[in-house]
Amino acid sequence: MKPARFNYHRPGNLPDALALLAEHGGAARVLAGGQSLMPLMAMRLTRPEELIDINRIDELKGITADDTAVTIGALTRYTEILRSEVIAAAVPLLAEAIRHVAHHAIRNRGTIGGSLALADPSAETPAVCLALAARVIARSAAGEREIPIDSFFHGLMATELAEDEILVGVRIPKRAASARHAFLEFARRRGDFAQAGVILAPGHTGVPENRAVVFGVGATAWRSSALEGAMGRNIADDVYAALRLEVAAAVEDETADYKARIVTTLAERAMARLA
Amino acid sequence: MSSEAEILVRLTVNGAVVARHVPVRRSLADFLRHDLGLTGTHVGCEHGVCGACTIRLDGEIVRSCLLLAAQADGAAVETVEGLTESGEIAALQQAFLARNALQCGFCTPGMLVTAADLLRTTTTPTREEIRGAISANYCRCTGYHAIVDAIETAATSRTGDR
Ligand SMILES: Cc1cc2nc3c(=O)[nH]c(=O)nc-3n(C[C@H](O)[C@H](O)[C@H](O)COP(=O)(O)OP(=O)(O)OC[C@H]3O[C@@H](n4cnc5c(N)ncnc54)[C@H](O)[C@@H]3O)c2cc1C
Ligand code: FES
Ligand code: FES
Repeated sequence: MKPARFNYHRPGNLPDALALLAEHGGAARVLAGGQSLMPLMAMRLTRPEELIDINRIDELKGITADDTAVTIGALTRYTEILRSEVIAAAVPLLAEAIRHVAHHAIRNRGTIGGSLALADPSAETPAVCLALAARVIARSAAGEREIPIDSFFHGLMATELAEDEILVGVRIPKRAASARHAFLEFARRRGDFAQAGVILAPGHTGVPENRAVVFGVGATAWRSSALEGAMGRNIADDVYAALRLEVAAAVEDETADYKARIVTTLAERAMARLA
Repeated sequence: MSSEAEILVRLTVNGAVVARHVPVRRSLADFLRHDLGLTGTHVGCEHGVCGACTIRLDGEIVRSCLLLAAQADGAAVETVEGLTESGEIAALQQAFLARNALQCGFCTPGMLVTAADLLRTTTTPTREEIRGAISANYCRCTGYHAIVDAIETAATSRTGDR
């Protein structure tokens, strides 16, 4: 289980990294925390010819806040997010969710940018970003753009990021003082990827927008219209019937029934928490 | 066979400065074991799930199989050998022995490094917290109870409230 050969690049700043990416395109891979990429390379599920290690690029690290949002640099590690007072106050849902990500030794290396770029459907961080209407900041040698999270995930481990783009950070709106949330997931063992999870985040930014996300079910995390429609009302049984249909549409295999049972149970508990 | 790209890495390992040319794809775990002969760091799965390769990098525990040796350039690495020499894990080692917390011993270095990290940050961890910390480390022999016992013993003997 050794990776195939590659050329190793360790740019010290973002322009150099972007130039390398522009030069090598699809033959290159960005190395962030390596907690997913190194296993994929060891199993030879991916064989980049050029590996661009962004770990020495300081401008990709750190957490900053303005009046309305918190911006987290792509290379910020889970552990740092967990220790951040800014996050605890402004985006507590993110910290709560990251406690479910893997284990301490892995959280010491894994990054929020890596998790978003990987877009694993069972991963907590992308699901939280979807629930909180985050915006992904991506840069290429040609310039920078902001991608609303609702159009960021394209499919199983596929995103809106272009081959020559580096995810530089994510902007998450601060929560309104009155905002509440519920995060529930079911994993077989502590630190495992979720079998399924449900996030309810009504009115996070103060505007009365209900956002509900299901993850670990299907190719990407997705917003549930059934749950979004039901939040803040008396819930009727047909909400869960509609939710089961959404799960069936997302899964399309023999696990659909199992996933639907978990999701409806988690959703019931999440609704009860917010009631 | 065409020659493979190498890179110079300079780092401290258990306090000693080392500098070596290594192939760029060499993992830090293999570097420690094969280049430096520090075979206390074990390699089980090579994809981050078993925890046998856990070491300290700049004071934080990490999987050495998921890092390239090249990435440790300039860093301070501590392995189970270093923690043994400094005496930091002496109480843990004693407790592992006393409680039969190892059989084949394959998982033990990773368990010790992980447990030492827990004991640094938590004065008297509960059994639940101990289980949480070592949930990242696989043991195929003991069934874990003895390991939890040993870590609990080391923690309580240290704080003297027994
Ligand atoms: C044992 C184990 C258990 C785990 N359990 C969980 C879990 O429960 N939940 C969970 O969410 N995750 C889990 N993970 C995965 C972990 O969270 C990863 O750290 C994360 O998915 C990827 O982040 P990374 O920084 O390590 O990225 P890397 O592994 O370095 O990269 C991942 C992918 O993203 C690309 N990439 C990285 N950064 C950028 C960037 N800035 N711009 C563009 N592309 C980029 C890479 O090219 C690569 O394709 C687990 C991992 C392990 C080893
Ligand atoms: S060898 Fe590194 S985690 Fe298994
Ligand atoms: S003692 Fe054999 S794997 Fe733990």
